[in-house]
Amino acid sequence: MRGRGRFLSVYAWLVYVFLYAPIAILVLFSFNRARQTAVWEGWTLEWYRSLAGNDLILASVKNSLIVGLASTAIATVIGTLVALALGRHALRGEGFTRSLLYLPVIIPEIVLGAALVTFYGVLSFHLSLWTVVIAHVVFCVSYVAIVVRARLSGFDRSLEEAALDLGARPLQTFWRVTLPLITPGIVAGALLSFTISIDDYVITSFVAGVGATTLPLQIYSMLKVGVTPEVNAVSSLLLALTVVLIVIAQRLQQAPVERGEMS
Amino acid sequence: MASEYSVEIRGLTRRFGDVAAVDAVSLDIRRGEFFSLLGPSGCGKTTLLRMIGGFELPTEGSIRIDGADMTWVAPYRRPVNMVFQHYALFPHLTVAENVAFGMRYKSVPRADEGKRVADALSLVQLSGFEKRHPHQLSGGQRQRVALARALALEPEVLLLDEPLGALDQKLRKEVQVQLKHLQRSLGITFIFVTHDQEEALTMSDRVAVMNRGRVEQMDDAARVFERPATEFVANFMGASNFFAARVSGTDGGVVSLALKAGGEVRIASAEAGPHRTGEDVRFVVRPEKLDLRGRDLSPHGVPSLPVTIEDKVYQGVSTLWIVRDAADERFVVYEQNERPFEEGSRFAVGGRAFLCWNARHAVMLRQGGAAG
Amino acid sequence: MADRPPRPERTGVLLALPTWLTLGVFFLLPLAILFVISFGQRATYGGLKPIVDLGLYLRSGKFLANYARSLHPIYLQIFWRSIWMAVVTTLVCLVVSFPVAYYIAVAAPARRRNLLLGLVVVPFWTSFLIRTYAWMFILRTEGLVNRFLVGSGLTHGPLELLYNNFAVLIGLIYGELPFMILPLYASLEKLDLSLLEASADLGAARSSTFWRITVPMTMPGIVAGVILVFVPSLGQFIVSDLLGGAKTILAGNLIQNQFAVARNKPFGAAVAFELTAAVLLLLFAYALYTKRKGQDVLL
Repeated sequence: MRGRGRFLSVYAWLVYVFLYAPIAILVLFSFNRARQTAVWEGWTLEWYRSLAGNDLILASVKNSLIVGLASTAIATVIGTLVALALGRHALRGEGFTRSLLYLPVIIPEIVLGAALVTFYGVLSFHLSLWTVVIAHVVFCVSYVAIVVRARLSGFDRSLEEAALDLGARPLQTFWRVTLPLITPGIVAGALLSFTISIDDYVITSFVAGVGATTLPLQIYSMLKVGVTPEVNAVSSLLLALTVVLIVIAQRLQQAPVERGEMS
Repeated sequence: MASEYSVEIRGLTRRFGDVAAVDAVSLDIRRGEFFSLLGPSGCGKTTLLRMIGGFELPTEGSIRIDGADMTWVAPYRRPVNMVFQHYALFPHLTVAENVAFGMRYKSVPRADEGKRVADALSLVQLSGFEKRHPHQLSGGQRQRVALARALALEPEVLLLDEPLGALDQKLRKEVQVQLKHLQRSLGITFIFVTHDQEEALTMSDRVAVMNRGRVEQMDDAARVFERPATEFVANFMGASNFFAARVSGTDGGVVSLALKAGGEVRIASAEAGPHRTGEDVRFVVRPEKLDLRGRDLSPHGVPSLPVTIEDKVYQGVSTLWIVRDAADERFVVYEQNERPFEEGSRFAVGGRAFLCWNARHAVMLRQGGAAG
Repeated sequence: MADRPPRPERTGVLLALPTWLTLGVFFLLPLAILFVISFGQRATYGGLKPIVDLGLYLRSGKFLANYARSLHPIYLQIFWRSIWMAVVTTLVCLVVSFPVAYYIAVAAPARRRNLLLGLVVVPFWTSFLIRTYAWMFILRTEGLVNRFLVGSGLTHGPLELLYNNFAVLIGLIYGELPFMILPLYASLEKLDLSLLEASADLGAARSSTFWRITVPMTMPGIVAGVILVFVPSLGQFIVSDLLGGAKTILAGNLIQNQFAVARNKPFGAAVAFELTAAVLLLLFAYALYTKRKGQDVLL
């Protein structure tokens, strides 16, 4: 039994190495002095410095932030509302709404991108940053709704009933009881939504107009041209940002409702 | 005051699909009484309570509280408060904030809030716990906060949904006594939902026993225990000795019954209700009111039924005898272990004996359905 | 006060309305338009050729031309590659993930469980693009693997490790692995360990217990994981583009190509719908499965 347990743990750690080693190598070589990147020639921050002077990258970071923040803000509001509809209210068309939220997540991204760019074409929408925002809202709403809905089902309905029982009207109950308790879920949903938005390549590549190049699009075009240490550096930064966001989101989602923790 | 009743329920029905969780229930709950809704899980007691609280809307019927129609009134406008089964304390608020939660809606002046909270907490002996959060309290303390929170709003009626269910046995017994005491001193009407018959008997002035959405019997607590109206109530109260008989004659104040298993029993007709000769009836005798004897007492006018001893269950303070009569009906006899140990057992398993009881302890059961 | 209050469904509808509108207009409608266009024909310079006589167009069967074209051996070969690669990816992920998920859920010390789970969750959410790039970085001609191979004298010159089926499979398996571990973990975590003990107590050998208890009890997680890995693999685009180059074209690349390069939107739309139909069919089967098992579908 012990031997088997040891084998299992060694095996599991090997898989973890497989999961993390490529990323670790990528990050490590972003600090490599050599331009010929497979040879280690010592530490440098040169590539990060050169990023700061790269206007294309800076512009794409700005675009990504605009798209990420705007689509997250919109998706968080819409997704939270629909999670409330699903979790706390009698809703005609509940099954339809669930499927509707489920589809953008599961339909191949390439199909969604193709559909949206065709749609914009038919309506003669000029492709811009805002066509990207709309596309991101479409797939972010689902993630927010799923996370908030999970938070809602994680606490007892009788808490809201207790508030009503003590004289609070439905809206007052929402502000004083429901909202504080689902806030960790909403924040977690928003962080995930922002992460997905800032990481998305496939859909964005279809709907981004001229001058609406986001960071992943920029990275993609750079590495299509050739692998350079700058790509490693910018990728490492994006990775670091998403890892931080995800860790916070995870913690929030795991905060137990009974403790009423807010952050 | 409009009425001697605090809560009046008429023909209240709640259907979920085809199933009537509560089926045409009518009840009057007196002002200031401790009233229990008692029954097994799924009998409709909680649904009934939730309709009084306003969390569930009836399919039919009406609810009046303190004389006013409340059938469709939202929970936040009802003069009732509830202690929830799992207390439903707001986890993000302190004990004091929980207790003060409803005050701003009941136009309690801000200046008085602190005093009201302190009073409510001292009522449940939790002074000094104001700053704690619910997750820092024990189960018993949470239950008391829930009670304080509900009582702080001085409701007309307090609803309690199995509030002691999560407490351990010993604490439960203590809280039962405290709750009863509190209710008496405050004079508020308590409507208490429980599936525990002992709990209901300990605390209640009156009890309604529910089964399948209907009220089987509504009576004083002791009466429900001693004089169950239906087989269901008798069973639920732990009296499972049922006797099948036929009315062989009604003579003035006495009804004569011919037992299916042989022998005759006479019951005072005040208890028996109106019965016709030839009618099939059933009656029940509680286990502690049955006796086992070595000889037939029927010549002395005591009902005696020849039985075989099937099993003996030694329980320390008492012994349970399981016996069977000629018609293969099973009965349970409860005997206090009062005899000196050295004398040994009175009967041997497999032996024969006579099952006797005082005719006044036989309770005639209403046939079939629920109370009108 | 005696009036029955209004039905409470109104609030629910109001709360769901923004979602209905957003996804209705920017999701369902575009899909519908794409579907309609898949029956059209492209004009000489891209765009759509106008249909003069709709009746004739329908009767002539030309509206199915894109779908007919997609059955050409060149495209069938692409679809076939997409399918077998998705199947291989799914199977490898399943076999590799099961012991890991089992370790996290059952065998690992409880205090480490959250960390181990977190380490799977992080790659689950991080950029597919960058994680694919990491492999490009490692496998390319001047990459680490080749440096090691040449430096150690195992090979004389660098190998062409990129731009082949193997590289794409590595990328797919690497990318999709967390999507298999998580649902398996969720199922294994709910597994009642006393069942395994009971099985052993009743004389079952370990392998027998595994196949007769563990696998059937975690079937919902296995099915969910298979769906979560197979579906995205089937519609994959980044991995095949970066690691497969022009040699390993998958259905996703074919679609992208029609929109971005070949400018044949109707044909791209038809292929997109074939892909969508395959995915929806799988999901439908999954929904039936979960319904039969009496579980909630993911949301």
